[in-house]
Amino acid sequence: MNADLRVKIGKLELKNPVILASGTVGYGNEISEFTDLCKIGAIVTKSISLKSRKGNPPQRIVETASGMLNAIGLANIGVDEFIKNKIPFLQRLDSTVICNIAASSIEEYEQCVRILDPEETIKAFEINVSCPNVKDGGLSFGNDLNYVRQITNKLRGVTSKTLIIKLSPNNSDIKNFAQAAKDEGADAVSAINTLVGTSFDIYSHMPKIKNITGGLSGPAIKPIALAKVLEISRSVDIPILGIGGISNWKDAVEFMICGASAFQLGTINFINPNAGMEIIDGLIQYCNQCKISNISDLTKSYLLNEN
Amino acid sequence: MIIEKGKVLSVRELTPNIFLIEVSSPKIARTIRPGQFCNIKVSETSYPLLRRPFSVCNIQDDIIYFMFDVHGEGTKILSHKRNGDILDILGPLGNGFTIPSGIRRLIILAGGLGSAPFPYLTKQYQDRLEISSFVGGRSKDYVTDFGLVNVKFATDDGSKGFKGTVLQLFSNSFNDNSPNDIKILACGPTPMLRAVKQFCEGKNLDCDISTESAMACGFGICQGCPIEKKNDDGSYFLVCKDGPVFNIRDVKI
Repeated sequence: MNADLRVKIGKLELKNPVILASGTVGYGNEISEFTDLCKIGAIVTKSISLKSRKGNPPQRIVETASGMLNAIGLANIGVDEFIKNKIPFLQRLDSTVICNIAASSIEEYEQCVRILDPEETIKAFEINVSCPNVKDGGLSFGNDLNYVRQITNKLRGVTSKTLIIKLSPNNSDIKNFAQAAKDEGADAVSAINTLVGTSFDIYSHMPKIKNITGGLSGPAIKPIALAKVLEISRSVDIPILGIGGISNWKDAVEFMICGASAFQLGTINFINPNAGMEIIDGLIQYCNQCKISNISDLTKSYLLNEN
Repeated sequence: MIIEKGKVLSVRELTPNIFLIEVSSPKIARTIRPGQFCNIKVSETSYPLLRRPFSVCNIQDDIIYFMFDVHGEGTKILSHKRNGDILDILGPLGNGFTIPSGIRRLIILAGGLGSAPFPYLTKQYQDRLEISSFVGGRSKDYVTDFGLVNVKFATDDGSKGFKGTVLQLFSNSFNDNSPNDIKILACGPTPMLRAVKQFCEGKNLDCDISTESAMACGFGICQGCPIEKKNDDGSYFLVCKDGPVFNIRDVKI
């Protein structure tokens, strides 16, 4: 008898805790050629904004030690085009779709959620208040407790669907942001978004990324992400979607032990677009080996040795 | 698009700077077209982390050839592969060259490793079309005629063939005033492609270029490889999905 992999995030029940992160699965169509999306717990769409965004000029990405920097700049097709051309494909998937929203103002967040809320295909919203790569909004929201409060409060009034706030690690006290999200009615938080970083060419003395700084992701950030998840878990009672450098099932288990109810795969999707499926298999074997009957028992299991 | 574990059959030096790796990868080899590429994971560890994009250089039955130079950690590791090693290959990716009907002559302009995509194209078209190849580079160590036909060389230092650029070499000999049945195919560094664009637009020549870019996934989800569209509001194509081959009229370089 295999372990029960189901997990609950607010009102949302997922068939397993594996979620493919925003910005690493597009709108699902390309990656579906490599992996069976209907077996994955959920997918989070590329950030959608009210109007389309063309994104940052090249060069947008560069590899760093065990990681990569990206400054895509929220390139996306906008809400209308998303509904017209991407929702029909997502509808046919038997996967839970979480729609990620990015905006430059509180009003824009509100408008996006208002327009998308009636779409039955969308089961939850993940609010990107922490993109480090756009000039307006993005990180400036994610680093301001008041903004996070106001955005969460406004959106809670607009949707009764599961509301997830994606938090920035680029501040000193992530737990305060998680608390603010919880206080204003968010169902969960995603932690963490990318860390601000840069890289320079030593001969041209120029930044390797046109935007100068980018968001660092990949295995390099996993210890930081784990510490942030643990920090939130210790002080705020809210479901956490752990994210940051997960490459295999062992990394995923670590996140759950540190307090994550579910976890998101990001950069690994670029390298192994079937990683989600492989991680599900690994989790089943791990649960069998360790005689775990419900995977949700892993969440916050660091407490086992503290009590 | 699939992921296939290919088996390395050989790695050899074509010149002191240009390598050729031969990999058995039957599924990808049978479907890939000239100008398309593969995204290769050169190690099983996170060093390096990302896949590396390589043009398909040639195909022989189930075997794919990739041409590369050693310019970073990924290509260094690739150059040390041994027979029997397994290579994790994602492909075929992107769009290939477009050769419209009515074309009588193909002209290949390659800068350095820019000759990589053309052996396979040559193989597919040499029985049907007249092909001339112009290959340029810094010096004799940076140019190869591997898999090409009717090759003329240009080098910056004159150590092989004409002393000067590949475009100078080609334009010196080009006097065709009815270019409608000619297609130019170019691949090389950005300054070369800019010069080719100016030349082709001046003479109203149809030209496809094979572009390159840093990229992570290779199939459209990371959005990491934009190239600016020509007649638009400054929006972008993706090199991986919309390219890597573009008609030179459609992009800004």
